Amino acid sequence: MQSLGISVLFKGMNMQRLFDGLLVTAKIAFISIVIGSFLGIVLGVIWTSKSKWIRSVCRIYLEVFRIIPILVWLFIMYFGVTTALNLHVSGEITSIIVFTLWGAAEMGDIVRGALESLPKHQIESGKAIGLSFWGLYRYILIPQAIRRMLPGAINLATRMVKTTSLVVLIGVIDVIKVGQQIIEFSRLEVPTASFWVYGFVFILYFIICYPLSMLAKRLENKWNG
Amino acid sequence: MDKGSNEVLLEIMGLHKEYDGITALENINLSIKKGEVVVALGPSGCGKSTLLRCLNGLESIQGGDIKFRNKSLINKDVNWQEIRQHIGMVFQSYDLFPHMTVMENILLGPIKVQKRNKFEVMEQAKQLLDRVGLLERLNSYPRQLSGGQKQRIAIVRALCMNPDIMLFDEVTASLDPEMVREVLEVILGLAKQGMTMVIVTHEMSFAQAVADKIVFIDKGSICEISEPDVFFTNPETERAKHFLNIFQY
Repeated sequence: MQSLGISVLFKGMNMQRLFDGLLVTAKIAFISIVIGSFLGIVLGVIWTSKSKWIRSVCRIYLEVFRIIPILVWLFIMYFGVTTALNLHVSGEITSIIVFTLWGAAEMGDIVRGALESLPKHQIESGKAIGLSFWGLYRYILIPQAIRRMLPGAINLATRMVKTTSLVVLIGVIDVIKVGQQIIEFSRLEVPTASFWVYGFVFILYFIICYPLSMLAKRLENKWNG
Repeated sequence: MDKGSNEVLLEIMGLHKEYDGITALENINLSIKKGEVVVALGPSGCGKSTLLRCLNGLESIQGGDIKFRNKSLINKDVNWQEIRQHIGMVFQSYDLFPHMTVMENILLGPIKVQKRNKFEVMEQAKQLLDRVGLLERLNSYPRQLSGGQKQRIAIVRALCMNPDIMLFDEVTASLDPEMVREVLEVILGLAKQGMTMVIVTHEMSFAQAVADKIVFIDKGSICEISEPDVFFTNPETERAKHFLNIFQY
């Protein structure tokens, strides 16, 4: 009877719908990771400032995102901020905003750590050949920091991909929601539907996250080789 | 080449430097003429490296003046990026940029800072690499080189900016003994070509061979400025005598 179970994936538009859901998940994750990483690098550079004030503000920003669960952030943004400001923002946009802010905070911390781990001499040698502040970051510090922060950054990216599963709760139809709908619909007909659908969803997440890990490994080998 | 010229390139007048209220350098007066090789000697922690770092703007100073080509460097408007292109510096820890090849290390300053023509700089870089015997390593990464090789590349990197003066901050101090010579020979070669240099070192016989002028620094101030032959055979001050005795067994 098992062949009957797996057939649920190919019934009607099911496969198409699951991939559409995956696209939503991937889109939210991808946009947030790209913008968040960029903002995170900027934040990380600012964070290495000598000013205690600036450092504290950066730390508070990070802690606020670490302490408050992402789900709560999604609710605050989707239900709280939008009604308070009388805006209409879709769940998808809200998700991208929350994930970007979170990604920037975590990425900023990773970048800060990587920058601070670089030997001081690198800065002095860069200065000694006349590099400006920005030249120093652009040619010397950030390229080296990126190599050091890669494991942490990839880890963050996969965490972000996985955490997108929360967006269902503010009404975004992502791959998991589609899966649930399919299961609900075919539960009587195919009692094992949840096994097949969730199993398939598992594979889909794997398809997104595994290449990230592979990419990290390849870059690391390239830079160390 | 320019030996004997009277043009003063760098002039230090009454320099005073302190870290959090602790005096590191006091009333330093020294002038460096074009083509001159000045070697600063002194016990560890005497301030000789600090002095060198002040000359390149890596340390701020609290009093006195430093003039480079008759222009004061003690001024808020001083553009250190511009000045540092004329004052090359090589450090103890041969800080090549590890993510770049030898050639990229050398080209970075001339191309990105000085905006010079890449082809022309590459030609110059190759000549300089050839001179230090490392032409075949131009595509290597720093991790593939020995300490002595890295330090020679660091010297080439500084030279390729066409500086007017070179500062060497204990460039052999972290090298294995057998690699010290290859680096010192490069510096000696530069001296013969008339490069103006300020060298901080602990290599006494090298100092004697390369210097036009020995500056002996102790406890943050200059004790003695002598010709090398005089300094090593018959130093004027007791402190210098004591210092030289330490090196004899």
